[in-house]
Amino acid sequence: MIELVWLIPLFPAIGFLFNGLIARWFNLDKRIVGWVACSALGLSFLFSILIFFSLVQLAPEARVAVPDRILFDWIVSGDLKTVIGYKVDPLSIIMALVVSGVSFFIHIYSVGYMHDDSGYTRYFAYLNLFVFMMLTLVLANNFLLMFVGWEGVGLCSYLLIGFWFERDTPANAGKKAFVVNRVGDFGFLLAIFLIFVHLGTLEFNGVFAGAHSLDAVTVTIITLLLFVGATGKSAQIPLYVWLPDAMEGPTPVSSLIHAATMVTSGVYMIARCNILYSMAPVSMAVVAIVGAATAIYAASMGLLQFDIKRVLAYSTISQLGYMFLAVGVGAFSAGIFHLMTHAFFKGLLFLGAGSVMHAMSGELDMRKMGGIWKRAPITFWTFFVATLAIAGIPGFSGFFSKDEILWQAFDSTHGHVLLWLVGAAAAGMTAFYMFRLLFVTFFGRCRASEEVKKHIHESPPIMTIPLIILATLSLIGGYVGIPHVLGGRNFFHEFLHPVFGGHPEGAGHAAFSLVKPAFASGGAGMGGGDSKELLLMGVSVAIAVIGISIALYLYIWKTEIPKRLGERFKTLYTVVFNKYYVDELYEASFVNSTKRLGTFLWHRFDDGVIDRGVNLVADVMLWLGGVLRRIQTGRVQGYATGIILGAVIIILFLIR
Amino acid sequence: MLSSVPPIYFLIVSAVIFAIGAVGVLIRRNAIVIFMCIEMMFSAVNLTLITASHHLNSLDGVLMVFFVMTVAAAEAAVGLAIFVLLFRGRGTIKVDEINLLKW
Amino acid sequence: MTAGSVFYWIIFILTALTAIGAAVMVITRRNPIHSAMFLVLNFLCIAVLYLLLNAQFIAIVQVMIYAGAIMMLVIFVIMLLSVEEEKRQRPMRLSPAQVMGLVLVLILFAQLIYGVAIAVLPGDLGEFSPERIARVGDVKTVAGLLFTKFLFPFEVASILLLVGIIGAVILSKKER
Repeated sequence: MIELVWLIPLFPAIGFLFNGLIARWFNLDKRIVGWVACSALGLSFLFSILIFFSLVQLAPEARVAVPDRILFDWIVSGDLKTVIGYKVDPLSIIMALVVSGVSFFIHIYSVGYMHDDSGYTRYFAYLNLFVFMMLTLVLANNFLLMFVGWEGVGLCSYLLIGFWFERDTPANAGKKAFVVNRVGDFGFLLAIFLIFVHLGTLEFNGVFAGAHSLDAVTVTIITLLLFVGATGKSAQIPLYVWLPDAMEGPTPVSSLIHAATMVTSGVYMIARCNILYSMAPVSMAVVAIVGAATAIYAASMGLLQFDIKRVLAYSTISQLGYMFLAVGVGAFSAGIFHLMTHAFFKGLLFLGAGSVMHAMSGELDMRKMGGIWKRAPITFWTFFVATLAIAGIPGFSGFFSKDEILWQAFDSTHGHVLLWLVGAAAAGMTAFYMFRLLFVTFFGRCRASEEVKKHIHESPPIMTIPLIILATLSLIGGYVGIPHVLGGRNFFHEFLHPVFGGHPEGAGHAAFSLVKPAFASGGAGMGGGDSKELLLMGVSVAIAVIGISIALYLYIWKTEIPKRLGERFKTLYTVVFNKYYVDELYEASFVNSTKRLGTFLWHRFDDGVIDRGVNLVADVMLWLGGVLRRIQTGRVQGYATGIILGAVIIILFLIR
Repeated sequence: MLSSVPPIYFLIVSAVIFAIGAVGVLIRRNAIVIFMCIEMMFSAVNLTLITASHHLNSLDGVLMVFFVMTVAAAEAAVGLAIFVLLFRGRGTIKVDEINLLKW
Repeated sequence: MTAGSVFYWIIFILTALTAIGAAVMVITRRNPIHSAMFLVLNFLCIAVLYLLLNAQFIAIVQVMIYAGAIMMLVIFVIMLLSVEEEKRQRPMRLSPAQVMGLVLVLILFAQLIYGVAIAVLPGDLGEFSPERIARVGDVKTVAGLLFTKFLFPFEVASILLLVGIIGAVILSKKER
């Protein structure tokens, strides 16, 4: 069964080809397109589940030793040999499950959401292509194939953000996303080059086996460059600017690409390279600091936005910061855990936002909403579940994952109290702005126009069923990772342990109190680790509750206060509201100078040198022709002289 | 009758006649005279071939000369026809006045 | 030196000098008819040289075709075109291009002499010694070779002559 892993990315690829070529050529009916796209994903998901169960049946040590499934040699040139191969181990199969599963539900949702759009076929073709690329990324067994998937998802992101390219804003947003991603990809590429130069191979097995031969500086540089790639793809400081603009795309796209899957590739990549990162504590620290900083920075911007999708976008950036914080302190499985739960609740939040927009006839501004919880109940309740999850309320999935991250930030050998503090503050802000979103959108007096008010309705079942499924997952998805301290057995962590536990520092983290059997935890050098953890857990829950209460106060009870606060702290408000003017800063510094460089090169080099060079060649030919034609004198005796000259020369060679 | 003159003398004679023919081609302006000089060069080459053939006890050279003569005859016929046409067209057969095919 | 070889030498020298003299005359006479006459003399001398070289068949063919047919054609055309004598020009004016041509011919001549004087005539002796030829006669031997080993060139030559005839006829037609 495991050797059929190559089918998982294949089905969406076939779906893409079918929808992109055949369906568009023959203008097939929308139902066929929808069925093909969704069943491709369904088959992918099915196979992921089957392979997951095959993997589970192996012993834990054997799970990481499954031989890579190699399809064929891709590049064989000199010293470089790369293959098209897929790796099946706990990490990749979990990613495959998350990607194919969430994509499957979002595909079903899109059938309803995009029903009236003229680009229906194109949409599903691109969406299938995206899933194909993403699955290639997570299942690849070497850096180069992973990079192919990496670039591929960037491409699909561009195509889907700029889906309504006839309008300027989406087109520009797509370009921005692609270019910013490219900057990050450059770092990734440099890292790949370095890896190849030093280790001679690009396959994961080979690289990680030989990693110990690298010196500290090289490993640090490689990991930092890889992290640059991750910041681009996963929207961390300083390359996060594309994600808020990416909300111009269709909402299911935002849900799939910019919440659940593509933006998590950076986290996956760092988790996959955990051996390299464990050898470079400096890089880990950088990752953790950037992650924490991004978490709180993005959360601050989410406090004041009133476009639903913008709030969710900043929330995504913030939660990605948490994931990077987790891998930065060495808690790789915690990062992946949060990746999974985040995919559930954030994906759900975006789909819910889409449902709200559907109900409010395309309105996005929360100030023009309100009081719709009764008229769109399924949307409301699923949104509520997701909000509880993201806020970290106990019992919901987000609680378990976020809490594990905060605990590791505090307690692990790579962690620091400050990191925990920043994370906790950001958690509070998250709870606050998410509930602000919930309250303003669903509660209170309805501030919409009369026209819109009349049409408020629940979405059709094809859209609400995925909402319900994702809500269920947001609720129970966390129970695979109940920390030991609460009496559970962290299945998730156990499952991923072989992948992350194979190195000294990793062993230190992985062998944390969470996995040890109950009786060995006492006094094993952790000294009161359990009680500390419970304490911190309580603190984070308290912070969340405080945040919710403040939101309740400001947006349900005394709704005139926010405006007055805004007046009093006008400058601060303006700065934060305008996203700290970062976009303008980038434009002035990078964008304009690049444009000027480009224009300069165009005029001086492209026109001046290259065009002139080509013209020069033509002119030389013309001149040469003008000179040579004088040989044609028309006088026969001149030609005879030439013949005799030729004869002289030839005989010269013959009699030597 | 076996020749007791070493071949080199025949070859020298042939070279001299060839060179004189070449000079004639370059000096004279009358097209027909130039043609005659070319025939002289042919003839000199034939002499070389026969010399070689004789002194190598072979008949290959003799037969080559046979074919050279054939070609020369055909060429003479066609070439003189062209001269006649040229004279009809231009009124002269001085080669330096027939120079339209120039740049 | 036997009497035969002395005779031989005398004939050779006389004929060679006459041939060279005739050649010089060809290129220097102003009247084209004179040039043609001297060319005939040159051909006849060459024919004698062929006889000295035991190539009787070729000697006769030379007289018949070169000295006979071709020169007759040439003289006909000269008379047909009623070419004038070239004007007497003293001293002879040679353009620079012609001077360069002369120099080249001189170099060519030097190379040829060098080639024959220094290089030995290479090649193995063939099978047609004069005795062998004398057994059946020169013409018969040549014919035997012509229709066996050189059959293909023979056929091609006949086509060539055909082409020549057709060409000459077409070229001389008057425009209608």
